[in-house]
Amino acid sequence: MMEHIAHDETSFVRPAEIGEMELYHPKTWLGKYVFSQDAKTIAIQYAATAIAIGMVALVLSWLMRLQLAWPNIFNFIDPAYYLQAVTMHGMIMVVYLLTALFLGGFGNYLIPLMVGARDMVFPWLNMISFWVYFTAVVLLAASFFVGGGSTGAGWTLYPPQAILPGTPGSEAGILLMLASLAVFIIGFTMGGLNYVVTILQARTRGMTLMRMPLTVWGIFVATVLALFAFPALFVSAIMMSLDVLLGTSFFMPAIMTMGNEADHVGGNPLLFQHLFWFFGHPEVYIVALPAFGIVSDLISVHARKNIFGYRMMVWAIVVIGALSFVVWAHHMYVSGMNPYFGFFFATTTLIIAVPTALKVYNWVLTLWQGNIHFTVPMLFSIAFLLFFINGGMTGLFLGNATVSMPLSDTLFVVAHFHMVMAVAPVMVVCGAIYHWYPKITGRWYHEGMARFHFWVTFVGSYLVFLPMHYLGIMGVPRRYFEISGTTFLPDSAQSVNASITIAALVVGFAQLVFLYNLIVSAFNGRQASGNPWNATTLEWQTEHTPPEHGNFGKELPCVYRWAYDYSVPGVEEDFIPQNVPPGNAQA
Amino acid sequence: MSTETMGSDSLELKSGLAGFFDDWSSDQRAFKGVPWGKAMMWIFLVSDTFIFGCFLASYMTVRMSTLDPWPSASEVFALSFGGDPIPLILIAIMTFVLITSSGTMALAVNYGYRKNKWVTFWLLLATALLGATFVGMQVFEWSKLIFEEGVRPWGNPMGAAQFGSVFFMVTGFHGFHVSIGVIFLFIFSYKVARGHLETQQAGWFTKRGGNYEEIEILGLYWHFVDLVWVFIFAFFYLW
Repeated sequence: MMEHIAHDETSFVRPAEIGEMELYHPKTWLGKYVFSQDAKTIAIQYAATAIAIGMVALVLSWLMRLQLAWPNIFNFIDPAYYLQAVTMHGMIMVVYLLTALFLGGFGNYLIPLMVGARDMVFPWLNMISFWVYFTAVVLLAASFFVGGGSTGAGWTLYPPQAILPGTPGSEAGILLMLASLAVFIIGFTMGGLNYVVTILQARTRGMTLMRMPLTVWGIFVATVLALFAFPALFVSAIMMSLDVLLGTSFFMPAIMTMGNEADHVGGNPLLFQHLFWFFGHPEVYIVALPAFGIVSDLISVHARKNIFGYRMMVWAIVVIGALSFVVWAHHMYVSGMNPYFGFFFATTTLIIAVPTALKVYNWVLTLWQGNIHFTVPMLFSIAFLLFFINGGMTGLFLGNATVSMPLSDTLFVVAHFHMVMAVAPVMVVCGAIYHWYPKITGRWYHEGMARFHFWVTFVGSYLVFLPMHYLGIMGVPRRYFEISGTTFLPDSAQSVNASITIAALVVGFAQLVFLYNLIVSAFNGRQASGNPWNATTLEWQTEHTPPEHGNFGKELPCVYRWAYDYSVPGVEEDFIPQNVPPGNAQA
Repeated sequence: MSTETMGSDSLELKSGLAGFFDDWSSDQRAFKGVPWGKAMMWIFLVSDTFIFGCFLASYMTVRMSTLDPWPSASEVFALSFGGDPIPLILIAIMTFVLITSSGTMALAVNYGYRKNKWVTFWLLLATALLGATFVGMQVFEWSKLIFEEGVRPWGNPMGAAQFGSVFFMVTGFHGFHVSIGVIFLFIFSYKVARGHLETQQAGWFTKRGGNYEEIEILGLYWHFVDLVWVFIFAFFYLW
């Protein structure tokens, strides 16, 4: 393409279409650190809150595991308490930890930096978004302390049982949960609109959509999914609250409860399931797509090779996002819906495996003959691949209606979704935190602790979730308080349960090492340079590390190339940052 | 050199679908010339469409699943002025008022872009008052249903309990949207009258300067709320 005759460095890119962004620089401590409008500060607030409430969910999982392993020892865990732990663990991990961390945390930090913007397009709204999210977390946490405790309806909150007496937390817990979800969605919408508009309308010169790092693509499509999927949860939260508060019968059929007829008549519990999973299935991809995007970048950077099939990767993200809206009822094979529905949803579910498998192939092919550096982020990326492939395989079992029926509501399902959308994204979260840690704090994490954290988490998570597949195939049901005394299960099932619990406790404590490392290294770590991984994307090219408010120096960077110019033949360095003009790279 | 031509930096225009994707994925902005606030409002409205879509789908589902007969809308929503009750008369007036307010809103946007401050102000005020009238008539409709006809969210004398539940929920949620719109219409007519949009005075919260594009963004919201009402009208009163 020699027809581009460069007169100067900027003649390769179009002139700026957007004026400089007005940034509000607060003067008070409160405005700077608490009600900050800087996306990077908001990102850290989001991440800290999400990880804090996530630690609560981690402890809840320990309590569940203790009960399952040694049923008669921990007397303070009664069946109601156990169900509450199951419910809160699930909801916190999926919505309040992973969604908030990927979109609110990584989204806020990385989007403006990676697309070359000074900040999100509406920083004030962004700030409010965090505080609304914080309120949602407070409401959720409050439900632990109200009379009757938090809800124990399972994270799916299916009516009628979620709101009838006899279910733990049917007094105030369920209402606080629904209120918290509604508030979360309002807060998320504020943030999500910001992320989408920033990506669409506020990129720097030369940053076309097809030059964006896959991280941004993943977060972008996930945010769009969230904006279109959360409304279904919002609506069902309103309707269920009305069923509780005003005695309406949206989801409640005529029903006997505690020996009496309930006041409800004529409602449709299946409606809730459809609404819930219309949200719930895209939610899986809201968590997975940012992980897909981030892991693509981690693999490319740490294997010093361009991502294999960039365009295919982008299209796969978009297609997965679109398909995720038409697979929801594969969560409902046993609900008694029309079998033709099952056929339709099984088909779409198998189709969505195609772009997903394509991504897995591309990750593996990126590694193929790459110059792989076994850094901590790379280790976590490889672990992600292993968990994701494993979880994806069992997804084929559960996606088929006929195979899924007998496996429904067993630990096989628990093993599947923990592999594919719990542990796999968490591997990416850990890898990504280590990867961007030098940029965010300007210091290095402790390498030894990080590697210890990796190996314990990686091996431990397999020890937790792999045996669960066998238990599930044997027929061990999920969400059961105790399985001893059931004749169809051998005693060894209980031994497996105990071993899972030991592994889970060890993995849990490894996360404390992780947090200790993050906090202590932020003050005592080795100084990091601005671009320690020799990465190409814009966030590594900032003037300051950590970047200041406004992200870049006086001039916004111009982008001349895609994000994956690693090991380009004929170039001395094995990477060319996105803002290096053509011609300058050979130097 | 080949890596340096990745992306769509070639200068020739492509035709057909390739050109469409090139446009969309081009430099800096996907929607050329569209301000941030307007893009954000459009995306918000799509998200809000999903909310109302879920509400209406839920309404249809419960209407199908309940075993009790569904009350006849033309009888329930009839209003008598001395003589025989006229079916849907109140709703007809409400709809007329709201659609009219869409007209004044559209004019306000136009005069705003012409920087015609006082006409914009009066049109915005008229839109706000028409919206407030709509909400007022909705209050009248609700109180008539509640106090005279005994319709409650959990039941009613005419038939299926879900009739009252979905009616209050969906029209309530829509009325909430209208009320928010009315509040912002009042705020913006104040801002227009004080000349804040001309002097680009910084907003109360956001500390950002305003301009007449914001009238159009408000207009988008207002027209959307009207459009939703058309669907509610069709599904609740005509079915």
